[in-house]
Amino acid sequence: MNTLINLGYLVAAALFIFGLKGLGHPRTAVRGNLLGAVGMLLAVLLTLLDRHIISYEWILIGLAIGTAFGVILAVKVQMTQMPQLVALFNGFGGGASVLVAGAAIIVAVLHSRVPSTQMTVSTATSGLIGAVTFWGSLVAFAKLQGIISSRPAKIPVHQLWNVLLLLVSLGLGVLVVLQPSAVAWYWLLVAASSVLGVLMVMPIGGADMPVVISLLNSLSGLAAASTGFVLNNSVLIIAGALVGASGLILTSLMCKAMNRPLSNVLFGGVGATTIEAGDIYAGKVKSTSPEEVAMLLDGVQRVVIVPGYGMAVAQAQYAVRDLANLLESRGVEVLFGIHPVAGRMPGHMNVLLAEANVPYDKLKTMEQINPVLEQTDVAIVIGANDTVNPAAREENSGPLAGMPIIAVDKARTVIVIKRSLSPGFAGVPNPLFAADNTLMLFGDGKQMVVEVTEALQTG
Amino acid sequence: MDPFIAALAIFILAVFVGFEVITKVPPTLHTPLMSGSNAISGITIVGALIAAGEKATTATTILGVIALVFATINVVGGFLVTHRMLRMFRRKD
Repeated sequence: MNTLINLGYLVAAALFIFGLKGLGHPRTAVRGNLLGAVGMLLAVLLTLLDRHIISYEWILIGLAIGTAFGVILAVKVQMTQMPQLVALFNGFGGGASVLVAGAAIIVAVLHSRVPSTQMTVSTATSGLIGAVTFWGSLVAFAKLQGIISSRPAKIPVHQLWNVLLLLVSLGLGVLVVLQPSAVAWYWLLVAASSVLGVLMVMPIGGADMPVVISLLNSLSGLAAASTGFVLNNSVLIIAGALVGASGLILTSLMCKAMNRPLSNVLFGGVGATTIEAGDIYAGKVKSTSPEEVAMLLDGVQRVVIVPGYGMAVAQAQYAVRDLANLLESRGVEVLFGIHPVAGRMPGHMNVLLAEANVPYDKLKTMEQINPVLEQTDVAIVIGANDTVNPAAREENSGPLAGMPIIAVDKARTVIVIKRSLSPGFAGVPNPLFAADNTLMLFGDGKQMVVEVTEALQTG
Repeated sequence: MDPFIAALAIFILAVFVGFEVITKVPPTLHTPLMSGSNAISGITIVGALIAAGEKATTATTILGVIALVFATINVVGGFLVTHRMLRMFRRKD
């Protein structure tokens, strides 16, 4: 029976791999996700046959409560809120690992078995990673949801506290390994790691969230894998390793897209300071009106729209879609240029535009769109700032130095839709706003796009 | 083979499989990738089910049930919201 269950677990693990493989293309992605879900269902059903389970009442209650909340959250969430939902789910995964490992060590001690070193070490690891994931994710959720300020928050000698808490956690981990029967060590470890999780994410500001969410995603996987070592269960190890790898890849992609090492994102505190704009804007910024933009768009061949987090905030994706459709109906080629860190999580803009029914083959990556921009009549920037800041190319120091950008300044005309000249998250002034070929359309993102569309229709 | 080394080998090989498979996911699907892989990391549900059902002590049952609620939210919510997102991606028609 046990062998059969374990074989079944391997089938579930294989389904996870096929599922992730399916996510490699939009055409196969829905099926891929379903394969993953089938794998999970299989793993759950097999576990219910496990001989250790003698009572099902609490299981049914737990499953019912979890399913209800899960369904409500998944159905009610708006696409703009996806980053905070994923953060929350990450946290729950990490939290579950902490509790499962905690229960496992109690059971092992209870049966007066001497737990193996593998078990004690991995229990300590689960507690540490899981608690950091849980609390870090809750802080990320609170920041993204606006429950607490998304600005970086630091305490005096912040990094020293982080190092200290990590050392304390590791020390407590050693005690868990040496004295597994003293369960208190484990919960102290969890407590110290919890504070570490909070302190780790507090100083990270809004626009660095794509990195943090990716990292927490990876950690939630590693916590699950670690719990797999506690329980000696291969499906947990495999699934956790897959997710750990996935999160790590995304983390590294996000860091590259900002040209900042992970340590700088975690400890750099970018976004806490603002550099004075000085006179780079003085007398050079040209303001425009929706009517003027509509005239500009009349008779052009190619328009590239570059969205940023501001589009999500303004819920402007449908208005943008209407403008794109209108332009296309007049024979204009409309493309979208999406920076890897646009928005608050990897792929955030793509999901919003997909929600508004923009076909995915119109969404171009930074590498794809930059060569095209030189032969583009009009580039429209909506709610993006740092990701289109040409200063990133020239500066040698500062938060944007060397960051790859979407080169909208190469287009013949650039329209920037923005409320004011205030700097983006990096706190650096944007010379794009003062460039000769840039026109500023000041106002609410959605409102302005709607007015441009109306002016185009009537004009 | 030492069971720990066997488990570690599984872990390391799975990390490599993960790198191979996930590098091929296009940026446009990165959000669903994250929520979908996140749902997979809810596999801890397996451990939560055992802890909630083995009736070892009251403490472990409580820990197990809370873990089960967390993991179930993670799994059910994760797969469902990923499905919702992926159905929106369409080609030009």
